[in-house]
Amino acid sequence: MAELGLDPDTVEVHQIETDSEARREGFIGSPTIRIDGIDVSPTEGEPYGLNCRVYHRRDGRISPTPDPADLRDALSAAIKTRP
Amino acid sequence: MPAIGEPAPTFSLPDTDGVERQPGGAPATVVIFTCNHCPYALAWHERTVDIARDYASRGVRVLAINPNDSERYPRDSPEAMRERVQAGEFDGVPYLHDESQDVAHAYDAKTTPDVFVLDADAVLRYRGAPDGDYEDPSQNASYLRDALDAVLAGDAPALAETEPIGCSIKWKPDD
Repeated sequence: MAELGLDPDTVEVHQIETDSEARREGFIGSPTIRIDGIDVSPTEGEPYGLNCRVYHRRDGRISPTPDPADLRDALSAAIKTRP
Repeated sequence: MPAIGEPAPTFSLPDTDGVERQPGGAPATVVIFTCNHCPYALAWHERTVDIARDYASRGVRVLAINPNDSERYPRDSPEAMRERVQAGEFDGVPYLHDESQDVAHAYDAKTTPDVFVLDADAVLRYRGAPDGDYEDPSQNASYLRDALDAVLAGDAPALAETEPIGCSIKWKPDD
């Protein structure tokens, strides 16, 4: 975020603790990273719940976190589309 | 948890064909607690299946156990387990369902994956992660391979215990 001129302290962390809370928040697993409410790695058909999310790095490896390059691209895109 | 050097808990659990499987009867047995949806378990999966293939000629048995609550986590249902086996993802490694979670409790398993190595007398010789980095396939489950090589040589593994890394086991609500 700092690379893109954003303040890392503006990140909000929400802990989802129950299945009902997951459903209410549309939470499909941990970690879920949203920028202005938009998932940085949107997927379809995933059930809501206290799951572990599976991401794929750009080289195909499975990872518990998104590829940093995907996160950087999502941030850049969000910056461009902001009013 | 059974301490290193002490007898490991015995068990009998069904595989995806309903066949009951028990540890033992081999110069070494690897018991891996794993599951279908944990990124750590999936990242390490091929490396642990490779162990079964590479050590089969030396008589090593590998048993994968899914201990997660499949009611709250349907991706860990017996049906979903069977689909992965039928897709060839386990390459002959029996994939067992610990429906009661009793075996996971007996081993004090913490995460998926959490790996245990038993010697020919079912004494626990290693417990922990397959290797030092789930993101680095070149590590090739080195902790586990080193432990197996030691056990097969009749020695104690130099590294007998490491910190298991992964997703927490999804215990049933009463737990």
